Amino acid sequence: MTSAPPKIQIRNLHKAFGSNRVLQGLDLDIEVGESVVIIGGSGTGKSVLLKCILGLLTPDQGSIKVDGVEVVRMKENEREELLRQFGMLFQGGALFDSLRVWENVAFGLIQAHGMARKEAKKVALEKLASVGLDARVAELNPAELSGGMKKRVGLARAIAGSPNIIFFDEPTTGLDPIMGSIIDRLIVHCVKELQVTALSITHDMASARRIADRMAMLYEGKIIWDGPVADIDKADNPYVDQFIRGKAEGPIKMQVRQP
Amino acid sequence: MAILDALALLGRTFLKFLEATGRLALFVGRALSRAWRPPFYFRAVGQQMIDIGYYSLPIVGLTAIFAGMVLALQSNIGLARFEAESQIPEIIAFSITRELGPVLAGLMVAGRIGASMAAEIGTMRVTEQIDALVTLATDPFKYLVFPRLLAGIVTLPLLVLVADVIGIFGGFVVSVQSFEFNPANFISKVWDYLVIDDVIDGMVKSSVFGFIVTLMGCYQGFYSRGGAEGVGRATTNAVVTASILILVADYFLSALMFN
Ligand SMILES: Nc1ncnc2c1ncn2[C@@H]1O[C@H](COP(=O)(O)OP(=O)(O)OP(=O)(O)O)[C@@H](O)[C@H]1O
Ligand SMILES: [Mg+2]
Repeated sequence: MTSAPPKIQIRNLHKAFGSNRVLQGLDLDIEVGESVVIIGGSGTGKSVLLKCILGLLTPDQGSIKVDGVEVVRMKENEREELLRQFGMLFQGGALFDSLRVWENVAFGLIQAHGMARKEAKKVALEKLASVGLDARVAELNPAELSGGMKKRVGLARAIAGSPNIIFFDEPTTGLDPIMGSIIDRLIVHCVKELQVTALSITHDMASARRIADRMAMLYEGKIIWDGPVADIDKADNPYVDQFIRGKAEGPIKMQVRQP
Repeated sequence: MAILDALALLGRTFLKFLEATGRLALFVGRALSRAWRPPFYFRAVGQQMIDIGYYSLPIVGLTAIFAGMVLALQSNIGLARFEAESQIPEIIAFSITRELGPVLAGLMVAGRIGASMAAEIGTMRVTEQIDALVTLATDPFKYLVFPRLLAGIVTLPLLVLVADVIGIFGGFVVSVQSFEFNPANFISKVWDYLVIDDVIDGMVKSSVFGFIVTLMGCYQGFYSRGGAEGVGRATTNAVVTASILILVADYFLSALMFN
């Protein structure tokens, strides 16, 4: 038994929207400096889980501890303090469209960390360069970017404040395969070199294998399997097996009408 | 049975109304209570003041000048019945400063600013930009809502001051052109009659209207749901509720001020 508490500890988490019970008693531990990837079908509640951890949604029941401290229903100013050490990439990018690209990336530095604009711009340009975007792009508005470019700006914004924990909601969706692996490498760099803890969501199994230390599969509101990434092919679980091989036949029934 | 149904409907509507009022009060409470802790967003306040004040000048000026012109026409007809046409300047000055200036400016700004605020904040809500603000440790009440409320409260009275001048000028033009008023006589009558309290009462009213308009824009946008359609609904609601509340508040404020 190690003495350090897990970076994030989730117990018996429940969240429903009306009659739609999305999370139904989810448990998950994430150790310091570990990269965990959550896989699972579309609409199973992966994004909802991230939003619960961030406090954007309040769970109906259950506990979420970060560094051993309960964060569900945390006080407003304590949460602000906590969020300073988080970085989040939203599935849809969620870039501020009234601000230019570099201002988006520098936003947290200026507002939350009190950095001077000039210095923050320098950092922003560096972060943008690390996701393959140059100074010309930095001056554009988010509306002028392609989908993949938006994603990368969102990534740059998420890591700009040197967070301790990063949350990536589908970091490589919409990117070409080469840019996808560059981004994967960036995430691995953050985790390995900067000692960051990462929780990512992805549907891209190749990417998941590259960035994960551990994978967890979400199904019907619970984590039904989790383990080291090397074990996933040997996982003796028909759900996992069907998912990672992307087979239409199996225990997971998608709600579609057969043609 | 029909009576019971009707009663149930009445009860439900009343409960909904109470819920909405409570939520609105909570919204205002949050915006005002958090505003006094740093950081302060002076830039945002300035930007909003320019948007509300400067860019509304053309439409408010246009409405004011025609209101003044119509007022001159109508008062001439009305006052002729009592052979009191010489009182036109007084009537115009009084009506514009106390009533027409604030209400017309308030309604015009409700259409222009209330709508655009609801659309902007509503879009930020449905595209998760408000969530992104929170994760960047920035309080949306401080960053988005309070600067708008403050700008509304401060700017609308200034706008109304301009509207007063332009409105009286409209009345002046018609009186001099159509009713052969002596220009110097008109101006001196307005000057002698105009009580500073009338102007101040009008400005206090418009300050409240500025609060109503910006509050409705922010509130409707903040709680908008469901994509583009939801944003559209929020925009409509912002304009309609602001316009109604302006007229209701106008009555009560006027009653208060005449006592
Ligand atoms: N704000 C909300 N209000 C109501 N229902 C919601 C809300 N957010 C999510 N849901 C519901 O929760 C369920 C899970 O949504 P979520 O976005 O977490 O899926 P996901 O696992 O991230 O899927 P994907 O892989 O497609 O992104 C869905 O059924 C969705 O309809
Ligand atoms: Mg999702």
